Amino acid sequence: MTVVTLKIDDRDVSGRDDETILEIARENGIVIPTLCYLEGLSIAGACRLCLVEVKGTSKLLPACATRVSEGMEIHTNSERLTQYRRTIIEMLFAEGNHICSVCVSNGHCQLQDAAVALGVDHIGVPYLHPHRHVDASHELFGIDHNRCILCARCVRVCDEVEGAHTWDVGVRGIEARVVTDFSTPWGDSDTCTSCGKCVQVCPTGALFAKGKSAGEMTKQSEFVEYLVAMRGRRS
Amino acid sequence: MQPISTKPAPPSDDKRWRIVTATMRRHGFRPDALVETLHSVQEAFGYIDDVAMRFIARGLQLPPSRVYGAATFYNYFMLKPQGEHTCVVCLGTACYIKGASDLLAQLEAVTGVKPGETTPDKQVSLLTARCMGACGLAPVAVLDGEVHGTADAKSVSAKLEEWMRHD
Amino acid sequence: MIEERPLFIPEQNIVLEHNGDIDPEVLEDYSKIEGFTALNHVLTEMTPPEVIDQVSRSGLRGRGGAGYPTGLKWQTVAKAPGTPKYIICNGDEGDPGAFMDRNVMEAYPFKVLEGMTIAAYAIGASQGFLYVRAEYPLAVQRLKNAIRQMEKHNLLGKNIAGTPFSFDVDVRLGAGAFVCGEETALIASIEGRRGNPRPRPPYPAERGLFGCPTLINNVETFANIAPLLRKGAEWFASIGTEKSKGTKVFALSGRIARAGLIEVPMGTTLREIVFDIGGGIPDGKAFKAVQTGGPSGGCIPSDYLDMPVDYESLLKLGSFMGSGGMIVMDETSCMVDVARYFMEFCMSESCGKCVPCRVGTAQMYQLLTKIVNGDATLNDLALLESLCDLVRNTSLCGLGQGAPNPVLSTLRYFRDEYIAHIVDKRCPAGVCPVHKREHQEVNA
Repeated sequence: MTVVTLKIDDRDVSGRDDETILEIARENGIVIPTLCYLEGLSIAGACRLCLVEVKGTSKLLPACATRVSEGMEIHTNSERLTQYRRTIIEMLFAEGNHICSVCVSNGHCQLQDAAVALGVDHIGVPYLHPHRHVDASHELFGIDHNRCILCARCVRVCDEVEGAHTWDVGVRGIEARVVTDFSTPWGDSDTCTSCGKCVQVCPTGALFAKGKSAGEMTKQSEFVEYLVAMRGRRS
Repeated sequence: MQPISTKPAPPSDDKRWRIVTATMRRHGFRPDALVETLHSVQEAFGYIDDVAMRFIARGLQLPPSRVYGAATFYNYFMLKPQGEHTCVVCLGTACYIKGASDLLAQLEAVTGVKPGETTPDKQVSLLTARCMGACGLAPVAVLDGEVHGTADAKSVSAKLEEWMRHD
Repeated sequence: MIEERPLFIPEQNIVLEHNGDIDPEVLEDYSKIEGFTALNHVLTEMTPPEVIDQVSRSGLRGRGGAGYPTGLKWQTVAKAPGTPKYIICNGDEGDPGAFMDRNVMEAYPFKVLEGMTIAAYAIGASQGFLYVRAEYPLAVQRLKNAIRQMEKHNLLGKNIAGTPFSFDVDVRLGAGAFVCGEETALIASIEGRRGNPRPRPPYPAERGLFGCPTLINNVETFANIAPLLRKGAEWFASIGTEKSKGTKVFALSGRIARAGLIEVPMGTTLREIVFDIGGGIPDGKAFKAVQTGGPSGGCIPSDYLDMPVDYESLLKLGSFMGSGGMIVMDETSCMVDVARYFMEFCMSESCGKCVPCRVGTAQMYQLLTKIVNGDATLNDLALLESLCDLVRNTSLCGLGQGAPNPVLSTLRYFRDEYIAHIVDKRCPAGVCPVHKREHQEVNA
């Protein structure tokens, strides 16, 4: 481990060479939008919102998965990046069936927040209007696939922190969806411990606690980092 | 919950499960045997159902959702039983250029089913493939495993009609 | 199984040498044509760095598509800390319209394995995997047979040919996922997982199969190794162009008089391939374009027929070497429909992990469908172009990054066909639904 100095958005910053661009940006109060990233979980690199420009490479690099190095010059906020991020958010809205006004997470939704922060005021890509289901078979929780953005945070927290691996992704491509066990109803799952971690880390209203109505579902996911740290210390 | 300390007994006394167990054993019941084991189930039974997935999950000590996730990721795996006969139409680029989509449309009309489906009498499954690697013979149809090059709708339809009569 | 007879070609055959002379199921037959002489020589008289040096000096580049220098890749894995090291032969030939690797695996199983074994010695690997499409049962059978025979003759297994070097190879079946041609997805598949790619770095050379340093090369790359070492790096480097050495096997198909496998020196022109070797377009039709590089490639029009085929020239033309499929199209093909065909492929083969590829390919497919149906406006075309830019620059892996290429290349060379569908509501080739509708209206 060595300390490196680099530039993010023309600011001189420093960090360790085992840290990622995203970690160092956040330490320095530089905001890079993310949806699939969650502190404490493994890196997916799937939402592509955190792509940044790095001098010397023509490819855009995911800030969540890219280690910093000495002398790096990074731009996190160009007009081009903002445009890409807007379109990615629009794609997520168009891919599912998101109706904010009736959603349990209205006002506490990370997809909604990202859209507002990026100034997404309309959806420029055609809506795909998929037929998706709601699974309300679990005693405490429900999943509305219409609101799922396939960030797979639920899959990772269930596997990596709870150790149950009840969730995974089934099928593929535009048909992909998160599933419990053999795509059995969640309530019939043999492996689910009903811990609710998946619900807390879900960035949208896809996973929710039963009994909440529009706008009532607030979530807190800070426990993930804490649990990972505590469990790491014990071993 | 599944007891995971012991190797599971086969779901039935069907001898074909021995092949599946043998595959898992050959790979030391390690998690990386999953795709190979799914192949052996499909080869032995023709498709992979819930019972098979449960057996594999216990045998390889894998989470159920991981087995389901892999089984549904790969196009080669069938989760439903196939018909008595299969007709695979290649949709590779060379076949496309040489009219595979017209061929497929005519076969859909003959069988009355869409690609991936089986006729109600369970005689014929109409399937498509990405590329059979037989592009020099395009368009290609595979009838019960036998490759037919420069396939014309008339002769392939005749074969399918023959199959459908034998119910 | 069917057998296509490779065409007679006057050029140098490296991969397809002694074509048809030997029985691919008999080890002794392969030995008769200098089989295993390279392996024996390497194991008894060369150090691993010397082998890597020969491969580097030959200028051989990966035949799977991107053209990464093979020697450099070997060196990176050889130097990577960590044991064991793995070696994977990528035989998941998924490009529609490509059948080179199938033929090489079926006709030269021993040669592929000899190349892998030499590579294993050079990088210090003790276990190899051949990842082969399940759709190629004959290739699987012949490779398994070749492995058994080589084990029997002590050319695989413990202390190969009486030396301290040991190496085992297993066959793993693919299961119908194009994305598994991408190396991190391929590794996930061999590990028994969904074939989802992951961000690189770390590259497989540092952290690959089961987290260990892993060398992945394509079938044709490995098939080049034994001849290269037998005849020397200088000989190999004397064939081809300045930056692309050796030969390339192409699968020629589509609207062409003589379809089949060909092996030509790098730098051969498209005209020589299509007209001299392939015999041109049948039925008196006119050449329109040749598609290379599969779903990540592009369509090259007649203006560029005299372009020498190598990695750089194809990139410059907006296409891609890919694994070597060459599909010839004549005037009866509509280029918008061709673009739509490839987009359907990419959409169905997307793993669904990253947003731009999962949603973007579906969006672009919808827009292309609108165009062939005659329902699109120029705004839709603008949206299509901006999505191409987004998906190419933001997708996680090569499948998504390459998915817009068929659209971009047809827009570059055949933009008038897009305009005809959108503005004039007309399909110049007369194949799209808009054409059928136009005719119905005329008849009504």
